Amino acid sequence: MIRFRSLRDFFAGLMFVAFGGAAVWLAQAYPFGNAGRMGPAYFPTLVGSLLIILGAFVVVRGLAVHGQKPGSFHFRPLILVLAGIVLFGFTLERLGLMIAIFTLVVFSSLGGSEFRYRGVLFLAAVLALGSFLVFIYGLGLQIPAWPFSY
Amino acid sequence: MELLGNIGLGLGVALTLVNLVYCFVGVLVGTLVGVLPGLGPLATMAMLLPLTFNLSPVTALIMLAGIYYGAQYGGSTTAILVNLPGESSSVVTCLDGYQMARQGRAGPALAVAALGSFFAGTFATLVIAAFAPPLAEVALNFGPAAYFSLMVLGLVSAVVLAAGSLLKAFCMILLGILLGLIGTDVNSGMARFTFNISALSDGIGFVIVAMGVFGFTEVILNLELKEKREILTKKVKNLWLTKSEFKAAAPAVVRGTLLGCMLGILPGGGALLSSFAAYSLEKKISKNRAQFGKGAIEGVAAPEAANNAGAQTSFIPLLTLGIPSNPVMALMIGAMMIHNIQPGPQIVINQPQLFWGMIASMWIGNLMLVIFNLPLIGMWVRLLSVPYRLLFPSILLFCGIGIYSLSSNTFDIYIAALFGLLGYIFVKLECEPAPLMLGFILGPMLEEYLRRAMLLSRGDPTIFLTNSISAGMLIASAILLVIVIVPTGRKKREDVFTE
Repeated sequence: MIRFRSLRDFFAGLMFVAFGGAAVWLAQAYPFGNAGRMGPAYFPTLVGSLLIILGAFVVVRGLAVHGQKPGSFHFRPLILVLAGIVLFGFTLERLGLMIAIFTLVVFSSLGGSEFRYRGVLFLAAVLALGSFLVFIYGLGLQIPAWPFSY
Repeated sequence: MELLGNIGLGLGVALTLVNLVYCFVGVLVGTLVGVLPGLGPLATMAMLLPLTFNLSPVTALIMLAGIYYGAQYGGSTTAILVNLPGESSSVVTCLDGYQMARQGRAGPALAVAALGSFFAGTFATLVIAAFAPPLAEVALNFGPAAYFSLMVLGLVSAVVLAAGSLLKAFCMILLGILLGLIGTDVNSGMARFTFNISALSDGIGFVIVAMGVFGFTEVILNLELKEKREILTKKVKNLWLTKSEFKAAAPAVVRGTLLGCMLGILPGGGALLSSFAAYSLEKKISKNRAQFGKGAIEGVAAPEAANNAGAQTSFIPLLTLGIPSNPVMALMIGAMMIHNIQPGPQIVINQPQLFWGMIASMWIGNLMLVIFNLPLIGMWVRLLSVPYRLLFPSILLFCGIGIYSLSSNTFDIYIAALFGLLGYIFVKLECEPAPLMLGFILGPMLEEYLRRAMLLSRGDPTIFLTNSISAGMLIASAILLVIVIVPTGRKKREDVFTE
């Protein structure tokens, strides 16, 4: 069994190798050209290969040199905050900014350490009103405010 | 005196009512985000970018610059009163600043931070005014090979001067370059790495990546920490320094300023590095060495002067070469491009009112900061009591609206969320996101200059060594690398960041 000395470096290295590999692999679909006339594949292949090599060094270091474990993941804030953002994007053009703001504020607040029902709704209302006045009324940004206005 | 004429021209631009108002707004907002821990100038500038769409370019840049150096002022207030760095560049200010506050000397600590910053800001403004134009003249003669090597030097020194693992930082740069290549290749018109998604054909916007990695990731990380803030609410009174305090602080301010000016110019430098370096320098040469960490005024004066000086002189590579030395400057490039200004040496020559107006506004902004900040400290302290549970949904919302307003495309919001997730993984694996951002912004330029240089040399890579400017840059990069790889150099580098 492989003994990991530093899981953190090991995973970081794997990530780099994966990204570099993906770049080199995807780039092969484009013309390569030559050093004097570089095609669209030339530079990404160069950089990707370099990333694979350096990433491999990081992997090796993760196996050979003592280090730390990856920081622990706290899934609650991670998932709820990102879900809030994605839902904000999803509702924005369909249901308008006002509803999107409530979705974002409620979801992301659930990711916080304390959730006060009234406080959250009040915050959402204030932000909705403020955003309407500043961004739509004041700055005239082209953002749909109400459902189906797009 | 040409310089005086130029400064006069700049003051003429900066003193118009519109520019004064936006300069004020910029420094005020900057101080605000500086005071608040967990909200950096980068995310703030990105959030406020849509506000600048309707402004003239010079006004927009004046406001954005104000946010950056304003944040350096605000960060020190939190560091001194709460023992939390409001800004990463104020980390070292906590060490002695908070100790001073505990001893009831919060007033002098805040005063020396503000006055030191003002002195540094004034001096750095003069440095920019004196050195940027001749540097721009030199830069006009750079060919593609020289530009390529210059960027290599920039990226190498950015890595060398930053904290953390060298190897991983290089990987992050390369990853950033690859991400920057997503979109249509300008030379062949071919879409690269777009997965047939039309929204990706113009590439991923810099602001979107920055919001994800610096805005969303920060919020998520902050939510993992339990909130505990111990604010020294005792009335801050007696802002004046005693004679002996002034005597101790003045030379430290001067040393910090000079060091900050030099480190700010270096690619990869800026406020953060300057403050760390100034503190360790002061700790080595001060007569008052034993007091460091126990409330030495030099330990506040030097890093505060240095971070402000460094924040300002980091505009020099941006304005003269068009090369960002840190992610904040990369965002300034983004802002310039939105306003159809091509960053580079042509700015100084072709758009003097923009260049000099910005410089003059920096000095005026610094003046505003020192005048308004000390009386407003009570207000900033009260602001710190706003709980994070109210703050972070607002930050997320402003980021979201900021992203959408860039190109009215909700797909950008999803991309930013993806980068929020990636940024979170990076932090957990201890990979610094700043080099990624630099690679991201420089990637397309690197490719372009490499292609042009190799086209001119008909595929002969020795052009990078036969061109003397290019060779010089590459040799400098090599020397830098060797210095940090040999054991003594490596240890020095680690020392600077372990306070």
